[in-house]
Amino acid sequence: MKKLICLLLAALMIFSCACGKQKSGADARKDANEIYVGIGQDLSSSLSPYQMSSAGTREVMFNVFEGLYKVDSTGDFKPALATAYTVSDDGLTYTFTIRENVKFHNGAVMTPDDVVYSYKTCASDSVDSAIKGVLENVESITAEGGKVIIKLASPNSDFMAYVSSVYISPASYTDQDTKPVGTGPFSFVSRTVQDSVVIKRFDDYWGEKAKLSQVTFKIFENATALVTALDAGSLDLVLHLDSTQVQGLGKDFNIQEDTMKLVQALYLNNAVKPFDDVRVRQALCYAVDVDALLTLTAGGHGAKLGTAIYPSFSKYFDASLVNAYPHSTDKAKELLTQAGYPNGFDMTIIAPSNYSPHVNTAMVLAEQLKAAGINATVKEVEWNTWLTDVYKGRKFEATVCGFDASTLTANALLGRYESTSGKNMCGYVSESFDAYMKEANSITDDAKRTELFRAAAKCLSDDAASVYLQDLAEFAAVRATLKGYVFYPLYLMDLSKVTY
Amino acid sequence: MKKLFAKHNNWFFKAGFILTTVMVFIVLLGQVWTPYDPNAMDASVKAQGPTLRHLLGTDFFGRDILSRILEGAGATLQIAFFVVLIGAVLGTVIGALTGYFGGVVDEVLMRICDAITAFPSVLLALIAIAVIGPGRLNVIMVLGCVFIPSFARIVRAEFVRIKRLNYISLARLQGVGDFRIMLKHILPNTLPTLLPAISIGFNNAVLAEASMSFLGVGVSASEVSLGRMLSDSQNYILRGLPWYAVFVGLTIALLILGFSLLAEGLQQRR
Repeated sequence: MKKLICLLLAALMIFSCACGKQKSGADARKDANEIYVGIGQDLSSSLSPYQMSSAGTREVMFNVFEGLYKVDSTGDFKPALATAYTVSDDGLTYTFTIRENVKFHNGAVMTPDDVVYSYKTCASDSVDSAIKGVLENVESITAEGGKVIIKLASPNSDFMAYVSSVYISPASYTDQDTKPVGTGPFSFVSRTVQDSVVIKRFDDYWGEKAKLSQVTFKIFENATALVTALDAGSLDLVLHLDSTQVQGLGKDFNIQEDTMKLVQALYLNNAVKPFDDVRVRQALCYAVDVDALLTLTAGGHGAKLGTAIYPSFSKYFDASLVNAYPHSTDKAKELLTQAGYPNGFDMTIIAPSNYSPHVNTAMVLAEQLKAAGINATVKEVEWNTWLTDVYKGRKFEATVCGFDASTLTANALLGRYESTSGKNMCGYVSESFDAYMKEANSITDDAKRTELFRAAAKCLSDDAASVYLQDLAEFAAVRATLKGYVFYPLYLMDLSKVTY
Repeated sequence: MKKLFAKHNNWFFKAGFILTTVMVFIVLLGQVWTPYDPNAMDASVKAQGPTLRHLLGTDFFGRDILSRILEGAGATLQIAFFVVLIGAVLGTVIGALTGYFGGVVDEVLMRICDAITAFPSVLLALIAIAVIGPGRLNVIMVLGCVFIPSFARIVRAEFVRIKRLNYISLARLQGVGDFRIMLKHILPNTLPTLLPAISIGFNNAVLAEASMSFLGVGVSASEVSLGRMLSDSQNYILRGLPWYAVFVGLTIALLILGFSLLAEGLQQRR
């Protein structure tokens, strides 16, 4: 009996210690006005604004670096290190008025020369081929008084979208790889590889200062470990969770729903049989039941697409395309018969094994296609194999994956379907699509351009270039005591407005 | 068989035999009949606990876990069978030849075996799979090769021991050919050692397949296997749905227990 009581007391002690520690951890962070953010991968080896290769790194460093203009949560571009800009009538000369008295994190004052330096360095060093391509089109960049003048070789109506991605770095500062210095609301403090990254509030920030005094990004490369840490209360904010991961979280957290800003589709290789036949592709669209897919994989969360534009990109999204191919097995069979496959056919769906949402979707699709007589096998491949064989080599019949937009432009999502594009993984060829895209990119009138891009997106739906499925739902778990976290239409995490 | 049961009161053998027979029978039954289509998804019964309709519950896709365990155990046993077949046959051939003839070839082959055994078998298999790619056939080939050394060493040791016995010398003096001696005079006498080894091999093969599929380098996504299911079931534990992992784990445990008891029983019989 005595033993039992001792045992019970010991258990109670351990229990209360565990509880107490947990509480004080979160409370201590609240008192210190700091938060712990869980992230799913380590940052790129270099933190230089021009060498960040992964989206996960850009997401974190968005708090440290800024461009002349800055994207806001609605997708608009707001003045940041420039106060205003003007464009010449021919669309070739951009003149930016540089904000005065802006300090870098190392104390230096930003000058127009820093801007010129940053653009030149970015043009020669950037690992982002899209930005590099745009900056190669820059004929000259000069500083004149408080202004920076950029002259383009040919007009580019998407230029401002890229301006926000060219981060300004102090000229002749050489430690960007390890001790990045920018002008953002947070300054970089330290980094422990595979463990954590720390940033703190920059008190000399030119604009509205950050509310939190310090943010620590904790790295959890194993998703289960990440959720466990969140459950245990050692994290305050985690993004990019799926519906099952947030299911059991207690009332300590608010769950905010968002989408991943991805075009998830069953991408079909339009260059190989039988997918070179538009009727077969349309049959696949009819055979797939996207609503059931959403219910099965994400408890009904997620946004249906219909074409290669995701809904939160509302400027170009055409809601009428979502139901262009309502689920109908009969129609699918009819089209297959017309195309000469009355008994269906065998196909292989490749899915990148490290992205479980894509693998799950592929498994559900394989099941759904059975009803139309199509016998699909799911083959998982490693990410690098996927990149070389499927994306670059185009050796595939069908694959489930998601494409995101590197910048907030229609070209970022639609450009890959132009018949001449090197990124045209699907091998989609359509004269009318090419014509719409070409015309849209040759004019500057925004309304007309939008119309043309929408027409191009409709081509993809009409030709069933691929089976467009969904923009995946994702969830953010935010500690209930935190306020002010907002989602961006790009893969970014803005912590400057978060407060207790 | 009757003799086996009557003699020695060998409880290990009896329990192992019964358990293995029952498990194998259930698995074979699963190959011809399962309560539901193991791949059929049904959104209306997503992630349920055990019910009368679904005895072991359903997973996130609304698939019947009992049906999937039956199907998956079949795949796992099939893989284990072929792995042990490759390992035991090639291992016996190598062990017999090297043990009987000895010499330089024996030295070289045994040192290679030592080198292979020095690494954990699953690690070796992982490396090989990374090179040639996952899939059921590749898993069988790779694990089969990794299993060769253990059999080779056991068989070799027996051959070395038995070939020194008098009756072998006598046979040789009578002019019996080497291969006849190996096949008719020595091999049958290695069985008491080989049979438990095969049983334990089964055991290890089931575990190895489960570990590899668990790590995502085993069977492909559209196939079912116990390791694959155990890996999937991880996500369910934290979300308050632990029965999935429990049932899959229990199936693996019962299969292995059966084989282990069988091996123990066979050893005691010796």
